[in-house]
This record gives sequence, structure tokens and C-alpha cells, in this order.
Amino acid sequence: MAKLIELKGISKSFDGEKVLDSINLYIKDGEFITLLGPSGCGKTTMLRIIGGFETADEGGLYFDGTEISDVPAHKRNINTVFQKYALFPHLNVYENIAFPLRLKKLAEDTIRERVEEMLKMVKLAGFENKSVSTLSGGQQQRVAIARALISHPKVLLLDEPLGALDLKLRKDMQNELKTIQQAIGITFIYVTHDQEEALSMSDTIVVIAEGEIQQIGTPTDIYNEPENAFVADFIGESNIIDGTMLEDKLVRFSGHTFDCVDGGFEKNEPIDVVIRPEDVDVVAPEAGMLTGKVTSVTFKGVHYEIIVDIRGFKWMIQTTDYVSPDATIGLYIEPDAIHIMKKSKYSGMFGDYSSFSDEMDRLSDADAAEEF
Amino acid sequence: MKIASKIYLFLIFGILYIPILTLIFFSFNSSNSTAVFTGFSFRWYVELFNSPETFVALRNTLILAVLSALISTVIGTAAAEGIYRMRSKLLQTAINSVTNIPMMNPDIVTGMSMMLFFVALAGILGITYEDMGFTAMLISHVTFCLPYVILSVLPRINELGDSLSEAALDLGCTPLQAFFKVKLPNIMPGVLSGMVMAFTMSLDDFVISYFVGSSNFQTLPLLIYSMTKKKVTPDMYALSTLIVIVIFVMLLISNFKSGKKVEKKRKAGGVK
Repeated sequence: MAKLIELKGISKSFDGEKVLDSINLYIKDGEFITLLGPSGCGKTTMLRIIGGFETADEGGLYFDGTEISDVPAHKRNINTVFQKYALFPHLNVYENIAFPLRLKKLAEDTIRERVEEMLKMVKLAGFENKSVSTLSGGQQQRVAIARALISHPKVLLLDEPLGALDLKLRKDMQNELKTIQQAIGITFIYVTHDQEEALSMSDTIVVIAEGEIQQIGTPTDIYNEPENAFVADFIGESNIIDGTMLEDKLVRFSGHTFDCVDGGFEKNEPIDVVIRPEDVDVVAPEAGMLTGKVTSVTFKGVHYEIIVDIRGFKWMIQTTDYVSPDATIGLYIEPDAIHIMKKSKYSGMFGDYSSFSDEMDRLSDADAAEEF
Repeated sequence: MKIASKIYLFLIFGILYIPILTLIFFSFNSSNSTAVFTGFSFRWYVELFNSPETFVALRNTLILAVLSALISTVIGTAAAEGIYRMRSKLLQTAINSVTNIPMMNPDIVTGMSMMLFFVALAGILGITYEDMGFTAMLISHVTFCLPYVILSVLPRINELGDSLSEAALDLGCTPLQAFFKVKLPNIMPGVLSGMVMAFTMSLDDFVISYFVGSSNFQTLPLLIYSMTKKKVTPDMYALSTLIVIVIFVMLLISNFKSGKKVEKKRKAGGVK
């Protein structure tokens, strides 16, 4: 697949505050790429630069090899599905979708044919004459998608398009978006702060924090081989423990020496260890590599989520067997469940569950703030 | 308490409407007394329609009001869009205050300064003040109508925000197309109410017209005023009655229309 869009050293500041810091990224033709990060990390600004609504302070934007940094939005072969849909309230569903074609002054027959085709694709056949203000959120979303796709753009930008929908509808729309993308085969650039959404839809995920790209990779890479503590914590749940790399494939943390599968570090180099909650087996205390005391147990449906205190560090473990609070348990960790990361500026900031409930509050606050 | 509130209501409406009702009543008086009702007749209406002076003044007033409403609506809408797009908040506030000055200023000051300006302008152009009659009047009416248009359009533009315009640009509109195809239809209620306001302001104006106007361009308020210097004849009552009726009908129509819109919105479940 060829490079379709390339960002070279893109930087952007608002009122002296750096939002994007020399971003380098290329996007391949026909891929579903997700820009993932917490609110305020610069992902929407990146999308707006690609769409032509903001200009970068530094760096260049290339489309199919040509620089388009100074090309205005209406001349770019890129369309956007906006966060709040931005449907035109003075036009009905049909005219909203036909809008880009009317600008091109196409024949009425062609317009009708293509609008009908689009309506069928987004499952809104029969809604032609409805006013957009009478549609539900999900339906408005579909109209926005149809309107953005009807002029056959090379790239579709989606700015948290599912943010305003309820959970069930969001899941349905995720599948549908993916299906549409595969059917028409164009590049989708998707912005979200929802890591689950990113994992389930994307070919490639770009994790962004504080205006910098933290990691680029497939969903599996990002989940299994996070680059640093930020990525490990942001994507899924992670226990992130200080450790020392004794030699290749041998790591020491929590007072025990473990076999692992990673190498290529200096001797005795301090590193971060990532262990996913689902990769830890709960065993009898005497059979465990580590032992700890259970401090809380939460039933989650598929599994129990337990917090275990191991030498003062709280681990989160997901297990299908019930353990009682205050019990002492043993933990067994397979070598390939241990992932080693180099130390970064995010080391020590994430991955400890001692303030678990507080952290949940902070996360839901951030979500609430995003609504405004 | 209930009775007190009813009396209060009655007093308010009484004070507001009894004078107007009296005026309407006396416009049907058969004698030319302004105080004693002698009998019902359409005499003053007939006389009104037979007076060429009144008709010229009415025509002048309407032409002036329509033109100044149209011109100030176009300029005002463009100005509101320009103010909205200003990056600097400080400059935005500054421009806003400057445009509001003609509105805050006592009419008499605006009128005098306008007159001075046109006298000077006539001197520079080497023409007589009378030559500028209509133009001077139109320019000054547009000037004092402008703030009302901006005041009614700007909040609409602010409320609409950038998202619709951005969507239009994104779908291939040039910035000009985006304004006319998407922004303008969505701020239309503000534009229209600004226009109506400008129209009534111009129709209504006396003080500024009195200073700026010249003998060859008489408007209705000026005519009525010049008549009061002699003696008010009941045909002016008839004219005022007609104006009241026209305004009442206009109000009914506009209220009926906006009432319908509210209903429609409510039916849609308040979804934006």
C-alpha cells in the first residue's frame, strides 16, 4: 500500500501552548487508522490540519506526494464526519446528502441515483424527505456519513463520531463503519479517546499524548508490546512495576527473578515491566512465584477483578475463580506474559492500583469534560 | 391580592391604549373639532386621500424606509460576519462599541452632527444642501439603522458557530458559497428581524430627519410636525389610525409565524 498522506515535522501552538510537537506520520492508502489519546492530546488538531481547518506552524503535509499545506479545505479530496454531525438544518435528508453533488452541478438523475445508493448503504432508505432535526442521534450520524462519502473522497476523517451515542448504538455503528470502510476501500482517519473502539476497528493505531506520538502499530502490537508506561496504561489495564534487566531473558522485580522473552537491554538496566491483569494465574500461596494479600474483589460478569497487595504495590488481576477478600494467594506468571519496556518520562506515573477508585473517578471526570 | 393585580393590569393597558383608542375614535368625527365628537363619518379619510402633500410624504417615507432597511441589512449582516471573524477579542469589542454609538447617542446629537457633515460635504462638492436632500437622508437613516441590524444578526452568527460553515467548506464550497448556501439561510431569522427593525426605525424617525432633511424631501413625521405648528386637523388622526392598523396587522403576522415555529420545534422533541 502506498503512502497517501504524510505529515512531516508538523508543529502547532495555540496561544503559546504547544499542542502538536513535530509530528511525523504517514498514512497508507485504504487503511483504517485511529488517532487515539486522552482529551487535549492534540489528536483533533491533527485531524483539523489534515482536513484543512487549521494550518500547521511548522512542517509540511503531503497528499499523494504533493504538498497540500496551503491548499484550502474545499479543494482537498478529503471529507469529514464532524463530532456534532454539522448537518444543515435548513435542508432535508435528501438535500443534505445531495449537497456536495449540487455544488458540482451534476444532472438531477445522477444526483438522485447516487443519493439513493448512499441512503441504502447507511440504511436510511425512505428517509429522503425527513427534516434532519427530527432524526435520532444515530440517524443523524448516518446522514453525516452519507453526505461525506457521496462525492467519493480519497480520505474520510472522523472526529469522535460516536461520542454522543449510547453504548449499544455505538457498538453497532462501530461494526457498520468498519463494513463501510472495507466496502468502499478508502482511507479512514478516526479520532477517539476510547481505546476499546480503537482496538476493535483499526488497522493501525497512533497513540498520542501531550502532542507527541507515543506509538504507532497494529492493535495487537499496541496491546501486547506497548512502547512505554503511558501506552500500556492507556490501552487496557496494566500492572506496571519497576524492575531490573539482569541479562537477556532474565528480569528481576517484586523480589523475584523471572524468565522472560525480551532481550536487547544493558546488563542491570532499570526497566518497566508490564503484566496484563488477565495474564496472571492465581495459585496456592506455596506454588506461587509471588504471594500477596487480596484487598478487594469486584464481580465483573465474565471474571472477578481483584486487587492484590504484593510488597506494598497493588496489582490488578482478573480471574474466573472466586477468591475471598483478605485471603493470601500465590501468583504464577508465564515468561511470555512479561513485557519489558525502556524507562520513559511516564515511568512511575501509571500502572499502580493503590488508588484505583480515585483513578476511576478521574477517568469519568475526563469523559464528562469531553462532552462539552 | 387577585383584585389588586387585576386593577394593576387594567391600569397598565388603560394607560397604554386609551390614548390610541381616543385617536382612532376621533378620526371618525364628522366635525373638525379635535375635542367634541359630533357624529360618525369617513370625512377625514376622504380628505386624507385627496391631499397630494400627504401622499408625497407617505411615498417618500416608504421609499426611504425600504431602501434604508435593505441597505442597512446588507451592510449590517456583512459587518456582523466581519466582527464575528475578528481574531482579537479586544478589537471585536472595540468595533462593536463604535457601531453602537449611533444607537446610544441621543438622536438630537446624531441629527445635528449629520447635518453639519452634509453641510460641509455640500460645500466641498460645490452643490447646494437641497441637492443632497434624498441622498443625505438615506445615508443618515442607514447610519442609525445599522446598529440594530448588527445587534440582531450578531447573536445568531455567534450561536451558529463555525461547524456548519466548516462542513460546507469540507464538502467543496468556496468560502463565499459556504456563506450564501449554508450560513445565510441559518441566520435568516436574525437578518429578517434586523430588517424589520431597521424599517420601523426609519419609518418612525423624526429628530434626525428634522435636522438632515431639506424642503424638497418631506417625510410623513416631518409633515405631521409642520402641521402641528398650525393646527392639527383630524385627517392626521385618520393617517395615524391607518398606521396603527398596519403595524397591528404586521405584528399579528410575525407573532403568528414565530408561534408556528415554536410549535414545530416542540413537536420535533427539541432536537437541534
